[in-house]
Amino acid sequence: MKLAGARILLECLKLEGVDTVFGYPGGTVINIYDELYSFPDIRHILPRHEQAGVHAADGYARASGKVGVAIATSGPGATNTVTGIATAYMDSIPLVVITGQVPTALIGNDAFQEVDIIGITRPCTKHNFLVKNVKDLAGIVKKAFYIARTGRPGPVLIDLPKDVQVAVTEFKYPDKVDLRGYKPTVEGHPRQIEKAASMILAARKPVIYVGGGVVIANASDELREMADTLQAPVTTTLMGLGSFPEDSPNSLGLLGMHGTYYANMAVTECDLLVAVGARFDDRVTGKIPAFAPHAKIIHMDVDPTSIRKNVRVDLPIVGDVKDILARLGKVLEGNRDGVKSFHKNIKPWRTQIDDWKAKHPMGYKESSQAIKPQAVIRKLREISEPDAIIATDVGQHQMWTAQFFGFTRPRTLLSSGGLGTMGYGLPAAMGAQAAFPERQVIAVCGDGGFQMNLQELATLVQNRLPVKICVMNNNYLGMVRQWQELFFERRYSQTVMELPIDFVKLAEAFGAAGFTASKPEEVEETIRRGFATPGPVIMEFKIAREEKVLPMVPAGASLNEMVLAS
Amino acid sequence: MRHTITVLVENEFGVLSRVVGLFSGRGFNIDSLSVAPTHEESISRMTIVTRGDDQILEQITKHLNKLIDVIKVIDFTDESAIERELALIKVTAEDADRAEVLRIVDIFRANVIDVTPRSYTIEATGSPSKIDAILELLRPLGLKELVRTGPVAIGRGAKGWKG
Repeated sequence: MKLAGARILLECLKLEGVDTVFGYPGGTVINIYDELYSFPDIRHILPRHEQAGVHAADGYARASGKVGVAIATSGPGATNTVTGIATAYMDSIPLVVITGQVPTALIGNDAFQEVDIIGITRPCTKHNFLVKNVKDLAGIVKKAFYIARTGRPGPVLIDLPKDVQVAVTEFKYPDKVDLRGYKPTVEGHPRQIEKAASMILAARKPVIYVGGGVVIANASDELREMADTLQAPVTTTLMGLGSFPEDSPNSLGLLGMHGTYYANMAVTECDLLVAVGARFDDRVTGKIPAFAPHAKIIHMDVDPTSIRKNVRVDLPIVGDVKDILARLGKVLEGNRDGVKSFHKNIKPWRTQIDDWKAKHPMGYKESSQAIKPQAVIRKLREISEPDAIIATDVGQHQMWTAQFFGFTRPRTLLSSGGLGTMGYGLPAAMGAQAAFPERQVIAVCGDGGFQMNLQELATLVQNRLPVKICVMNNNYLGMVRQWQELFFERRYSQTVMELPIDFVKLAEAFGAAGFTASKPEEVEETIRRGFATPGPVIMEFKIAREEKVLPMVPAGASLNEMVLAS
Repeated sequence: MRHTITVLVENEFGVLSRVVGLFSGRGFNIDSLSVAPTHEESISRMTIVTRGDDQILEQITKHLNKLIDVIKVIDFTDESAIERELALIKVTAEDADRAEVLRIVDIFRANVIDVTPRSYTIEATGSPSKIDAILELLRPLGLKELVRTGPVAIGRGAKGWKG
């Protein structure tokens, strides 16, 4: 059957199993929107800004593991998607972003709402396509979804000129993709896995260092099984939180700049570091020469470019970490005696770690006067449902959430780790709520980041997405303020958010509900009321204004040089 | 260390900028780059000369391989490849110098492809070091203009890149 390009695009989305699309109409995508009437199974959510649309698709993808889809028009619509795309790219999130483009005959003519979005997004997409001929469209959409979700996932952009949407061709969706230049390695090399097993069993002070790759690969079960077999300590990056239960005695929690004392000490002192789906980001390593200086390093990653990018690696294993961990687990289980003597050998190391945990547990100074943000986070954990999804913005509240929430399930923390995008939290929560209408979804924001995308309150109310929003309000851009306090003699240049906002009225203006807590004893009641109120809710917590995120490894220092909470 | 890297890519628009963007975005150097289609219409071949230590070269080849449009990357480091470069050289040639220029052209098995009473334009082919050598000799006579293609490289032996 012959169909127009706009129709073909939507048929392809349907065949890919897309049930939700976040998009914003405009002149060059109007044909797609007109065809949308014929696709009742595709839910379209209209954000109030294209950036938020892409973040929502990203939140949808992180929470569900499916490919997120966003649509924007040409020109400003397309440029507004860039921050969302770059955020997804840095955290390896599978997205397909579709942008309208001016008709092919006008490309390059500085036409109205024309921008070279292919050129602009080339460095922040996994791949991108300009569709020049409607005959290529179905094949390109197929490739886009395949590239987005396989290997190291990432965002793929399809730029679709208006005349291609109108042009008609025979529609046939290809059954399979063959890209001769793209064959990601899935299976880890068996000999490397054998070697890894012997290196692990020979270790006296091992640490397993887990990144977002384990979440992305859905490899949490394999990781837990291996850690159970070995009874070895596990630390996670921000992106890895949830992949290993923090209530396990083997958990060291977060490592790096705001990691726990014991995780950072363990990494500094270990003799074997097993990195799983992590990329040795500077926020994790601190000063490279002092990072795990005594350790042999095993690095498992699906992306070969991550290996030996920042640190030397003794044993690389390229492949899907789910496959690698499963087979490594089997090798280890097959060597009962080896594992037994390993348990004996690492006993002193476990004692050492317990000592570190006892010496400097994660904590903060409690107060009866001011609301401590850490207390709010702990209370949230206590009152929220076990499978609640938490989306954060970027800054102090993000680190407090990472430190104090205690994640136990994968895909329950959505946070911009790589790019560090303020304004991410609210729209990401919106996307997660669209993916899971029945689950509790909580956005934890600072007052700064919240204001970057607060227009999405309208989207939440309109689409009945009951996201519960916690605003940790200190009237500061808190993380920058903290750096100014520590490294710039408390010169708070432009980090004071002078205007006090009435968050209750703000929520009400959008048709949502709002509550405020300004004293510690109001925290629990505010959370309970917020959770009990149907629909989207803002819960504002007026927190201790100059509270710091601690421990902290100053930028460029080594991991064992931490500023600790007093 | 200098490396000559051959990159076989899909012959599609935008591929060159993906490759070049990869180098510029990560602070890798390109000394020279040449690109043209191969005997298979859908494949273009690039020859890139770059430099860096082993770790940088490893990252360069890995990142090139990561590009969806890149079909194969070959890093020619040693004697496993033959390199050839073409140079067009416009050199001042008056009076007694005219004979000297022709002698040099002869020695290097180059060709004169354009003549005026005051200049010769020379076509020279060879390894990059041979081009350097002829330029060294012509330089004192007065180089007016020079264009080099940058080397192209092909592996020695009977095997093609597909093996």
